[in-house]
Amino acid sequence: MILLDRVTKAYGPKSSPALERISLHIEPKEFVIIVGSSGAGKSTLLKLLTREEKPSSGKIIVGGIDYEHLKDKQIPMLRRKIGVVFQDFKLLPNRTVFENVAFALEIIGVSTREIKHTVPRVLDIVGLKGKEDRMPKELSGGERQRVAIARAIVRQPKILIADEPTGNLDPKHAWDVIRVLEKINHYGTTVLLTTHNQEIVNKLKRRVVTIEGGHIVSDKANAGYR
Amino acid sequence: MPHRWISFRRVVAAGCQSFVRNAWLSIAAMAVMTITLTIVLFSVIANATFNKTVADIRDHIDISVYLVDNITPEQRTELTNKIKDIDNVRLVTYTSKDDALKSYRNQNQTNVTLQLAISEINNPLPASLHIKLYNPDKINDIKTFLDKPENKALQSEPTSYSGDQKVAIDKITKATTFIRRAGIVGVIVFAIISMLIIFNTIQMAIFNRREELNIMRLLGATKWYIRGPFIVESILYGIVSALISVAVCNGVFAVSSTTLNANSLGLLDIGYANSYFADHFWVILGVQIALGVLIGAVSSLIATQRYLRFKGTSAA
Repeated sequence: MILLDRVTKAYGPKSSPALERISLHIEPKEFVIIVGSSGAGKSTLLKLLTREEKPSSGKIIVGGIDYEHLKDKQIPMLRRKIGVVFQDFKLLPNRTVFENVAFALEIIGVSTREIKHTVPRVLDIVGLKGKEDRMPKELSGGERQRVAIARAIVRQPKILIADEPTGNLDPKHAWDVIRVLEKINHYGTTVLLTTHNQEIVNKLKRRVVTIEGGHIVSDKANAGYR
Repeated sequence: MPHRWISFRRVVAAGCQSFVRNAWLSIAAMAVMTITLTIVLFSVIANATFNKTVADIRDHIDISVYLVDNITPEQRTELTNKIKDIDNVRLVTYTSKDDALKSYRNQNQTNVTLQLAISEINNPLPASLHIKLYNPDKINDIKTFLDKPENKALQSEPTSYSGDQKVAIDKITKATTFIRRAGIVGVIVFAIISMLIIFNTIQMAIFNRREELNIMRLLGATKWYIRGPFIVESILYGIVSALISVAVCNGVFAVSSTTLNANSLGLLDIGYANSYFADHFWVILGVQIALGVLIGAVSSLIATQRYLRFKGTSAA
């Protein structure tokens, strides 16, 4: 599903590379946790996958798309195939919960009738039934993150990337979000999660990839936090 | 294509929705736009009014050639035709001695003494030719012609452009030329300044919402899907501001014509400004809306472009 082959990313010619000769292979339907201290290269890795950044060298193939041959015009199409959840939610502030989720479908040209049918079902999955008309600022952090997850999964992506989705949440809400991610993974979506939260990593017992100083230092199945 | 049609409808709807939901930002942007569009509108009308005043003054400038009493009709016709042949001459009208008397009597109806001083038998008023010019600034050709000895012989008195009158004509001509030029420059300067202000306001409004642009980009929205609503919103600013500015102008004229009770303020003929506005109402409205829409669309197009460059397109 995701293949990185000797990928290096340097932001400038003088700075030391953020990622150096990283190779990683993730199978479909896997749930992979990426850990590492701040500045280790986790975010860079995710940005390479969403094509916010281009690698300096190496090969990236996601869902059968080789990034080397990807034209700028095709970037929106690529991003529609990957669901992304961010630490700071990134909800559209002037749109309601329903509209935020619907937006993901609107941009791919889904009919209004289908949107009205699909969005409430997805909001139900993330436990936000009845809050369709709220504005983001009226929600708690955990609720906002679940809106973001609903938006990420409403297009039924093959891959869901969650970049520290629990970073801004208290433990109870954090677990709500993790449970939703597990549920989505259970339905067949490949999930890539980065987190700092030891407790979550230890309890999930999933494959854990540790990045330090731009290198993968460990990659273990059913692992705990370092 | 149905897909494109759905997208277009959604973009327009999102733009309208954003216009309503960002009420405060919209009001701020529209206030600036309205003020500047109003200033431009007023300067256009003021300029048109000045031009009208200038044209009026220049239209009153004519040259009077006073003829000797013993001139024959043939001589008169010949002189008239020769004058008409000069390039700059627009119109030559003849006033006979009798007409001059009538007009004199009309002008002095209330003054019996002045009336009695002149009678049909003893009419000292000369017949005259009145020459109107296309360009009152250029009287040299005419002057040279009239000063020729054979033409001079047909004239009873010095031509009326000479002396003090000539100086007055020159002064008016200079002043009006200056006012006209200053007016055009003023309108252009105001238009440019207002465009810059509006442009800046819209840029600021979009700068405040650059994160929204970024989010849409990350969700895989295409460039036009992202910028479309912003452009629609800015176009709405333009339309509403244009309507308000024309309404303000309309209101000012309505109030001024009833309360000022004066038809003119020095060089500004309010009556004319009012009728100019009324006569050109639909054109003014159309141009203002077009201007608002154009400035709004171009500003938002340029402003969104800045935040829509896809990162990662330049490989390190």
